[in-house]
Amino acid sequence: MQSTWDVVVIGGGLAGLCAAIAARRGGASVRLLESAPPAFRGGNARHARNFRIVHDAPTPHVPDSYHASEFIDELDRVTAGERDPALAERLAGESETIAPWLMTNGVHLQDPAVGIVPYSRRTVFPLGGGKAMINALYATASDLGVTISADSEVGTLRQAADGCWRVSLAADSPGGSTLEARSVVVCAGGAGADPDWLRSHYGDTADGFMVRGTAYANGRVLTDLISAGARTVGDPTVCHMVAVDARGPRFDGGIATRITAIPHGIVVDGSGARIDATGAGAEPTHYARWGPRIAACVDQTAYLILDADGLQRAAPQAFPPIVGTTIADLAAALGLDPAALAHSTGAFNAALAAGARPIATAPFAAYPMRPGVTFVHYGVAVDQHMRVIWTDGRRNDNLFAAGMIMAANVIGRGYLAGLGLTLAAVFGRLAGEEAARHVVG
Amino acid sequence: MSSVDLPADELTAEAERVLRICTACMYCDGLCPVFPAIDNTHQFKLSDLNYLANLCHNCKGCWYACQYTPPHPFAVNLPATLAAVRQRSYRDYLWPRWLGRAFRSPAVGIAATVGFVVLATLAIVLMCTPPAALFGADDREGAFYRVVPWSIMAGAAGASLLWAMACIALATVRFWRDIAPDVPKRAMLRAVAPALRDIVTLRHLGGGGPGCNDVGERTSQQRRWAHHVMVAGFAGTVLSTATAAIYHHALGVAAPYPLTSLPVLLGLVGGVAMLAGIGGLLGLEFRADKEPSDPREVRLNVAFLVLLALVTLSGVAVLALRGTAAMGLLLTGHLGLVFGFFLVLPFSKAVHAPFRAAALLRAAAEKAAARPRGKPDRG
Repeated sequence: MQSTWDVVVIGGGLAGLCAAIAARRGGASVRLLESAPPAFRGGNARHARNFRIVHDAPTPHVPDSYHASEFIDELDRVTAGERDPALAERLAGESETIAPWLMTNGVHLQDPAVGIVPYSRRTVFPLGGGKAMINALYATASDLGVTISADSEVGTLRQAADGCWRVSLAADSPGGSTLEARSVVVCAGGAGADPDWLRSHYGDTADGFMVRGTAYANGRVLTDLISAGARTVGDPTVCHMVAVDARGPRFDGGIATRITAIPHGIVVDGSGARIDATGAGAEPTHYARWGPRIAACVDQTAYLILDADGLQRAAPQAFPPIVGTTIADLAAALGLDPAALAHSTGAFNAALAAGARPIATAPFAAYPMRPGVTFVHYGVAVDQHMRVIWTDGRRNDNLFAAGMIMAANVIGRGYLAGLGLTLAAVFGRLAGEEAARHVVG
Repeated sequence: MSSVDLPADELTAEAERVLRICTACMYCDGLCPVFPAIDNTHQFKLSDLNYLANLCHNCKGCWYACQYTPPHPFAVNLPATLAAVRQRSYRDYLWPRWLGRAFRSPAVGIAATVGFVVLATLAIVLMCTPPAALFGADDREGAFYRVVPWSIMAGAAGASLLWAMACIALATVRFWRDIAPDVPKRAMLRAVAPALRDIVTLRHLGGGGPGCNDVGERTSQQRRWAHHVMVAGFAGTVLSTATAAIYHHALGVAAPYPLTSLPVLLGLVGGVAMLAGIGGLLGLEFRADKEPSDPREVRLNVAFLVLLALVTLSGVAVLALRGTAAMGLLLTGHLGLVFGFFLVLPFSKAVHAPFRAAALLRAAAEKAAARPRGKPDRG
């Protein structure tokens, strides 16, 4: 196989696909390296649902309007200023054209009148979810002539004297061990799915974390770039985590294992004592409060306790609840101290907050919970052209980064629904265009 | 182990396990009505599973869209699971119930029954029809009835058709009683038009717009079009029979009719269209990715399509060769196939049509009864 390419894209998630398609449409020869096997390709976009877009008027896929100024204000609010204002502006501005661009490239969007998607003037929904979108983009990339390799993990990235990049594949990757690239776009995702990396930043408690996304976002390319001198942004010890079902898989649980029923019951730790998460109410942001709180529990495990009414009020979960006809039965089924659990529910019922309902109707139900890492607020710094910035402020004209590996530039903390897909698509497209322009002119 | 191999209660448990994961995800809600139908469902009754399995059009869109398919540990395979439940529901609601055994290996049952009926018809005709009528070239008016008398032909066809219609109607009534939604009568009435539209247009072979995953990861409208062509062709042959009946009874002209007559033209165009549609559907069955399907359903589909093709082909052959000495045997074979086809209809793929129609009616009725959505913007 050819070993010199105009553009090598590292990572086959949404950013990588958008970069590869944009670079190919820009006239470059493109090789896309995806570290996952075909069944798990697509990075965390496999698990994503919607993306946030600016639009002045209703379209067939999104009602009403959402202005760039609103997007930027909301981003400012959740990040508390931890973002690059110019990049944030660029993200909001270019989000306006990203939906039609994706549709041109084969992605189908859902008509909001069909199905049960909630009303949203801020986001559009790919029909069938993230994996369907990923499939469409892989098909388009392939049709356009992008050479795609799965199971191809990159080991190192080094610049040669002629300015080109040598992309060395990990030893067990098929299809040649080293590629030469006139331009490289790194879309390899953030760190966080590598247990060793997590342990090095979060201590032994990290072994109790679940990883909600792909197991292939192992941060090795990120680490390689940092060791080569890339400037970092964000903080490796800050991650977005939510409560997930402890019975789910260690990786790739995605949306289905998220525990959404917390506002309908109480949470206890392994001792049976009630715990609370500061500031967590019933609004959607409560998810991100509970993740770190559960991570702080012994064995990183907590239990959501519901009664029959609470269970009915809550949305269904991927796993059936553990049930007991009495609180004592439930405690036994969970391996908790029955007296402690009875004390916790009794105390809760005796001092009900306004509007809260007691835990009183049998049968009782529980979900064991663990913290699930969504992403880490850490990555490499990039400039307006998506070029990787080195610690000395220098940058190369032919090394770009896009997607979650540089997300911390715009989302240094917090999260907004639909932001991940938008930033991957917008910055991926931009990086691909820039990379092709550098080579093709 | 594929879901089709599971014992009945394990199949139910597997369907519940998978649907539970689907309710917690719901990314597929725009693909077809199965997903809106499970929204916010905590428990699945067996009748609900049967309803959902027949609401599923086997478009496989959810298989390719699903992030939890094998090798993911959740190993979600909703199309194959629902196909297995669907197969079981055909058997469970069948009337008479003892025929349910035929569904255990329907392809074998269909082949054996039709084979027997064709041979029996040939044997009876060989014994009863004078060789001169059977083997002589004769295309004058009434030639067909010198091979098989009209009363016997119409009687046997009518009786076997009546049997098929009665069995399928009773099975459908049993199915409907089990799945009928608890909605006001007004909602049910309002649901009739949208349900009919979904049935006639095969809307849900559209995958929510881009088409079905007929063969693999890429979507197409092939299955939908092939089905439309086949049904249109079938309608042509029904019209052909109806006009022939008018010729026979009202105009007093007995078959064979001239090539340019309405019955022959309708039958010919209809037959060719049916064969084209059947060919398209059979081609898809063979080319399709097998993982998201149930092997028993594939066999049932293929058996039905092949049988329908044989009935159609033999009919066209009678038409093409009716002036030759082969007409007598061809006609006898065609009639045997028609009788056999009607007899096996209740345990063939044919039941999917009324069952799916019933499921679509329930889906439309529940939609008509539901209050309009007005959820807040969750960002």
